[in-house]
Amino acid sequence: MNQAIKDKFALTAIWTCALITILFLVWMLWHILSNGLSYVSWEFVTSSYSAIGKASGIWSMIVSTIYMVVLSISIAAPLGIMTALFLTEYAKPSSNSVKVIRFCTESLAGIPSIIYGLFGMTFFVVTLGLGFSILSGALTLSILILPVIIRTTEEALLAVPQAYREAAYGLGASKIYTIWRVILPSAMPGIITAVILSTGRIIGESAPVFLTAGMVTRIPESVFDSGRTLTVHLYKLTQELFTIHEWNQAYATATVLIMLVLAINVITKIIGKQLNKANY
Amino acid sequence: MTDIIDTQLANLSNKKELSQELKRRAMRTDYLGTFFKYLFFLSAFIGVLSVATIGYFLFYEGIPAIKHAGLIEFLSGREWLPPALYGIASMIVASLVSSLGAVIIGVPIAILCAVFLAEIAPKWLANLVRPAIELLAGIPSVVYGFFGLVIIVPAIQTLFNIPAGSTLLAAIIVLSVMILPTVITIAETSIRAVPSTYKEGALALGASQVYTIFKVILPAARSGILAGIVLGVARAVGETMAIIMVMGNAPAMPNSLLESARSLTANIALEMSYATGMHASSLYATGIVLLIFVMLLNACLLYLNRQRAYS
Repeated sequence: MNQAIKDKFALTAIWTCALITILFLVWMLWHILSNGLSYVSWEFVTSSYSAIGKASGIWSMIVSTIYMVVLSISIAAPLGIMTALFLTEYAKPSSNSVKVIRFCTESLAGIPSIIYGLFGMTFFVVTLGLGFSILSGALTLSILILPVIIRTTEEALLAVPQAYREAAYGLGASKIYTIWRVILPSAMPGIITAVILSTGRIIGESAPVFLTAGMVTRIPESVFDSGRTLTVHLYKLTQELFTIHEWNQAYATATVLIMLVLAINVITKIIGKQLNKANY
Repeated sequence: MTDIIDTQLANLSNKKELSQELKRRAMRTDYLGTFFKYLFFLSAFIGVLSVATIGYFLFYEGIPAIKHAGLIEFLSGREWLPPALYGIASMIVASLVSSLGAVIIGVPIAILCAVFLAEIAPKWLANLVRPAIELLAGIPSVVYGFFGLVIIVPAIQTLFNIPAGSTLLAAIIVLSVMILPTVITIAETSIRAVPSTYKEGALALGASQVYTIFKVILPAARSGILAGIVLGVARAVGETMAIIMVMGNAPAMPNSLLESARSLTANIALEMSYATGMHASSLYATGIVLLIFVMLLNACLLYLNRQRAYS
């Protein structure tokens, strides 16, 4: 076979693979959205769940998901940002403590989410006695998203030019003042990206959530109540697809999830553009 | 304030006294700065603490089951019949086969797709395809599982004319799509990181574009691409919900790809909510086995990254 034919063959293969990837995505989105969109209505989103009948909404799952996102982020974001500050602004890059912290952060990123569920169930639910609750789930998820926040924030902090720090110190500002007034504001778009990425992760996670937060379909009244997030709800629905209503509900819940993910991707893109525009 | 301090300094006529006073001031603690320094240091150790606690609980709870069943019997036993028999061989096989299958299908597609994005596609097209791949990465695994359940499982059922379509094959197909974004993104980055002089040199010697890609660029990006593959495998091994939804979860040794099987992750997720005693402990032991697989993959990754740093 001469090179020209080989080249043609290889090029065709490359285009085909790209096409397969895109077509699969389009097929999946089209299939779910075309079956689910017609069932997604204001009523579906805002009415509460009932196991029987047609009038079954996802409001309690949305509330649980919001609880989960807000609580996990408010635990993990401060910790993650402070860790990133320690790693970039205080620690010597080659010191042993930095090596240990980095190794552990990378290990955390590699642990499968089901292990987090297992751990969260033993530690938060049983040992600490928090029970199956939004709080147990959020604590578990906040460890799970910690690596994402640390890594993304660290990148943002490293991108802040050294000259900013030198200028601040030159004007007599203290280290903590410099961090608070100079470094954090310039790294803010990156930090926001970190928060949004972890929001996506929390919304998408399911295995560690149902092992720690349970699957109760009531609207949680406090963080000590059990709650069912959207992903867990979709999983439970697929376990019992019998009537047409259950099918519709499953498609509609999947549609809502996909739209959330789409929104998160668009927001990340917009902030990313803002980040490129910032002149450093 | 500064004036007072300065006169105080000026009054110290003796050079020795002056230097002592300056030294004392330099030693004066910056309480706020120190407080925050230690606060940051402490929060940095939360990650370390988490890893230690997770490891501790996993082994503390899991070791009794391994002792009870015996390490060899636990790993090689084919029967999972709690509370009598705890053998996870069939689950190890299911996890490995489904991940390996996903690699065999997914990785070639992903690498060629990365080549497409980095070298072949016109810029506007690449800028359209890349967000689509990011979207693929962001879709929750439950949605993949749902799609697999409503499309791929029935398709396998009719195509192969078998009673139930929830099989290893369905899991392999779903997983191979799920690892695509991970492998594509990392492979593309490492293809782009190949110095452009390599490409220019090859093209100047008269090599065709495709020849350059396969003989020059891909070999040069090898360690990065391998790292992407390892991460993809880690994602496949650790995936839980999508697999539960399409693989049937029968805890028996699968004899072919068209049989139901249960992965290590599925075993934990399905039984943890009601398991007690030795049964629960054996699920932790399943977690230990899973963790060891992932740690081995991470060690590969560390090795690859180090190799990349040297070259």
